[in-house]
Formats: sequence, C-alpha cells, structure tokens
Amino acid sequence: MADSVTTRTPKRSLKTLAPKQSLGKTILQYKYFYLMVLPVLIWYALFSYAPMYGVTLAFKTFNYSEGILGSPWVGLENFQTLLTDPDFRKAFWNTVIISLMKLVTHFPMPIILAIVLYEFSRTKMKRFFQTILTFPHFISWVVLSGIIINILSKDGIYNQIIMLFGGDPNSPLVDESAFRPVLYITHVWREIGWDSIIYLAALAGINPELFEAAEVDGANRFRRLLNIAWPGLKSTVAVLLILQVGQLLTQGSSFEQIFNLYSSPVYSVADTIDTYIYRTSFTIGGDFGYMTAVGVVKSIISLILLWAANTFAKKMGEEGLY
Amino acid sequence: MTDTTFKKRKKWSVFDIAAFVVLGLLAIVTFFPFYNVLIISVAKFEAISKSDFYIFPLSFDLSAYKLLLQDMKFWTSIFNSVIVTVVGVLFSMTISVAGAYALSKRGMPGRNIMLSLILFTMFFNGGLIPFYLVVKDLGFVNNILVMIIPAGLNTFYLIIMKNYFNTIPESLEESAKLDGANDLYILFKIIIPISAPFMATFALFYAVERWNEWWYALIFISDAAKAPLQIYLRETLITSNSLLSQMAQTMAEQEQTGKVYTPALQMAAIVVSSIPIIVVYPFLQKHFNKGIMVGSIKG
Repeated sequence: MADSVTTRTPKRSLKTLAPKQSLGKTILQYKYFYLMVLPVLIWYALFSYAPMYGVTLAFKTFNYSEGILGSPWVGLENFQTLLTDPDFRKAFWNTVIISLMKLVTHFPMPIILAIVLYEFSRTKMKRFFQTILTFPHFISWVVLSGIIINILSKDGIYNQIIMLFGGDPNSPLVDESAFRPVLYITHVWREIGWDSIIYLAALAGINPELFEAAEVDGANRFRRLLNIAWPGLKSTVAVLLILQVGQLLTQGSSFEQIFNLYSSPVYSVADTIDTYIYRTSFTIGGDFGYMTAVGVVKSIISLILLWAANTFAKKMGEEGLY
Repeated sequence: MTDTTFKKRKKWSVFDIAAFVVLGLLAIVTFFPFYNVLIISVAKFEAISKSDFYIFPLSFDLSAYKLLLQDMKFWTSIFNSVIVTVVGVLFSMTISVAGAYALSKRGMPGRNIMLSLILFTMFFNGGLIPFYLVVKDLGFVNNILVMIIPAGLNTFYLIIMKNYFNTIPESLEESAKLDGANDLYILFKIIIPISAPFMATFALFYAVERWNEWWYALIFISDAAKAPLQIYLRETLITSNSLLSQMAQTMAEQEQTGKVYTPALQMAAIVVSSIPIIVVYPFLQKHFNKGIMVGSIKG
C-alpha cells in the first residue's frame, strides 16, 4: 500500500530533475486534494478513532453521568473478571469455532466455482448462472433469515421433505447440534457467487496465450489448471485468505446472520462475542466497562491473527498485505 | 469477461456437461427459496392442509398483499428507507469519491499516513460500546441521520475507488490543467463523467447497503416512527411481534376459514421490500464484474 513519494512515471521524473520544491509549496499545490479528503478524514476520526480512544473504558467502571472520561479507573479488574466469566468463555469458543468452520467450509467454494465458471465454455449460460448465484448477496440477512426460518419451520418445505421420506419433523434452528451447520450452509448460499467474482477477475487477467500454448503442447485440462490457472490465482487467494483470517472474529461470526437466526434454545452453541456484547449491554444491562473489555480482547486476537497470517504468507513466498 | 478467450468451441465437451449439471443444481438450490417466497405469498389459508403447495402454487390469493399495503407502519418504514437511501447515497458518494480521488494522488504529502490510518480501521476498532457512546454523544440517538452518516462510508469501496482512479491516465488531467482547470473542476467535469458506469455501480452498492440497513437502527433507533424497512421486516418476519402479524394471527384464529395466512403475509412483505433490489439488480450485475476487476484488493 505504501507507494514512495517519488514516483516512477516518466512524466514525473522530469519534475524531479527540476530544483527540489519545498514541502510547504508541495502542500499548497495539493490544497484542493486536502479539501477533498478532509470529510473522509473527519469521518474516520469521529467514527473509528474516537471509539478507539473509548477503549480506555475497558479499564474503568462505566458511570452514566460521568461519561467515558469521568468514569473511575479500575485497572485490570475487568480483564480479571473475563477469565472467570463462563458466559464470556462460551461466547469466545463459539466465536472461534464458528469462524474457523466458516472459513474451512466456505473459503474454497468460491475458488472452485470461479474455476468451473471459467472453464465452462457457454458464455450466455455462464452469465445466467452468475446472475442467479450472486443474487442472494444483495438481500439483507433480515430478509434471508425470514426466508430460512420459514423454510425450516414446522410446516416449511424442509419438514415436508423430511416427512415425505418418513422422517420426524424437526427444526434445526432450535437444535443445538444442527444450528451451526445451518450457519455454514446459509453463508455459502449467500456469498458463493459474490465471492467468486474476484477470482474470476484474477483468472481473466491471465494471458490466454499461455493456455493456447499449453493446449498445443498437449496439456490436458487438469494440467492447464495446475500449471497456468493456479499460479495466476495464487496471490489473490493468499491476499483474501489473509484478509479473512484478519477479520475472522469480526466477520466470520457475522452478527447480522447469527443475531437474526438464533434464539434462546441455541444460545449455548451460537452466542458469539458480538451477540453476547449486544445482548448483555442493551437488553440485560451489563456494565459498559466490562463489555468494552470483552470487545478489546476480540480486537486484539483479530490483530494477532492478521499478523500471524501475513507473516505466514510471506514465509510461503507470497506478497502479504503489508 | 472471459468471452474472448480461445475456448470458443461450438461443441459441448464432457466437462461442459458436467459443469452444466453442477451449476444447474447450484442455481436451483440458490433460487428455490426465493421462488418459495413468491408461492407462499399468494397462498390461501386453507392451502396449509395441502402438503404439496410449496412446490407448485395451488392457490392464488392476493389478500396478504392487501393487508400489508393497508398497514401504515409499513409505509412509514418504506418512507424512512427511501429517505435514508437517497440522502445516504448522495452523502456516501460525495465523500468517498472526493476522498478516493485525492488519495489516488501519489505525490500528495501525508497520503501514505492517511491510507495507513484508513486501512488500520479494517482490522481494529473500539468495539460496540465505545462506538455506541461516541455516536450517542454526537446526538445520533433516535435520529434518522445515524443510518446516513455513521453508516455512510465503506472502507472497502473507498480503496477500490482509489485504485480505480489510479488507472486513469494522468495525461488527461495534465492537459486540463494546462487549460487552466483546477483540481476540483477536473474531478467534477472530467473524471466523474468519464467514469460514469463505475460511479453508477458504487452508487448502487451504497443504495443496496442503505436499503438493507438495520444494524444502526437496531442500536440507535427506538422510536417506531423512525424505524427503517428492515426493522419493520425484522418485527414481521423474525420476532413476529408486529401488529400486522398479530392481526393476521387473530384473523386466522377467529374465522377458521381465515382470511390471511401469516406466512403469506410475511412472504408478501419480503416480496414488496425486495422490488427495488430486483429492479436495480440487472444494472448492478452488468457493471460489478468490471468494477471489482479494476479495484482488486491491493493498492
């Protein structure tokens, strides 16, 4: 992401031959650009960085009348409580398991789909399939959950099929052993088409002459995939994998999906850190200081994961994110 | 996008047939739930007894739609969502296009620091409680603007836009400069017009996001008169505590012949609320491949 300030385009290099401009002059030259970027910077300051300052709340007991600044410090007390809080522990492990399983069950799917679509030679039909498979991405989890709840309800299509084959009607949404698979399957359902687009873009960037040459040399489809398509895809796969691992705890256990699908019978397997924070803070009325500490633990683990994934990718000879 | 590759054969290969079967099954699985929604939305109450009506529509009855369209709360929520979508897209596009364009200028002093600060927010945040307190202090509680301003910037889109602007040849801007145009003029009169399809795609992305918005409303809006469509849907579909679903329930219980079947009402709400997305979807579909392609992840 960090381009050096001196650029490589020939046009600019002429400029560098000219006597060096003072920094003040350069800044003045870019005055309109600073004006343009200002709203964005203000937005991030208010909605990303100000809450980051609010993280100090994790070391305080929240006092409504005093606000973040005036609340009394309690040191590491909140973090000590965390270690012995069974609800936090459950939420933490649920988050880890659901996120990891989602990564394992979902991540390869869009790659496979992209390869199948790429190799599929009927152009019009390819478009048609893509159109259908991408559609659910644009529907909110609220609506999708409504549909899923209906399908899995007592007289929904799922139980009709079960009964057709002589099974007993059940509802996976209130079944502790079936709830998580519902999350994994519906996640693939919503995102497979959308996520495959970026891989299709990477595949489209490969020089077709490489494929032609390979075909002339007698390479079969599998060989071509292995030796041409895969090397072309690899760096995209690596970058996306790092991104996903970095956001594992945040996006992996999507609040939107779980919150709209779960109910008290499955809290024990589905209550994640995010839903736990929301439920406790806004419906039960937990201490904001303690709940901030819960959030901080999650963010720190995310950062460690990102760093680990990036380091690993670099070791494997990929570029990494930073 | 790969249309012009060498693989333009006329004959179906074995692979094509296999791929067709796999893709076809996948498409059916993806599409069927939506078809199901449509069928149930027009089902009569008596149709529940018929076990197979879920696959083929056996009854056609629009009373669920009638009841839905009579509900004032439904219209209020639609109205709120339309406002949030229209104003929200204007807000989001203005700040992200201007910001992304400025950030695409490699020579701007401080650019790398700004970019790093922005990217960092993708991986670390203060968490829900500090965010809630900050946004509350800024006066966004029970304020429809919460779905427009705090919700209004998508870091991922910003980065893609920035990468896109980097692909526009600099000579274009330089020749405009020679003619005496300033940077703001260049952005609005040259850059935006030539990238209209790209801009349209992202405007539609933001529009879909705003139309689907419910999280900010869940947390910051308790006043029912300010609730957006998705909150209305949540009440109707998931928590089933909307007045409307209770009405349908009692109607069905009172007269066994029943006028409205509750799931029909719920599915009708889904259909009506999805119309805008179905309308813009072809436009989205047409452009997003290209949009994502120029963007990629890195910059």
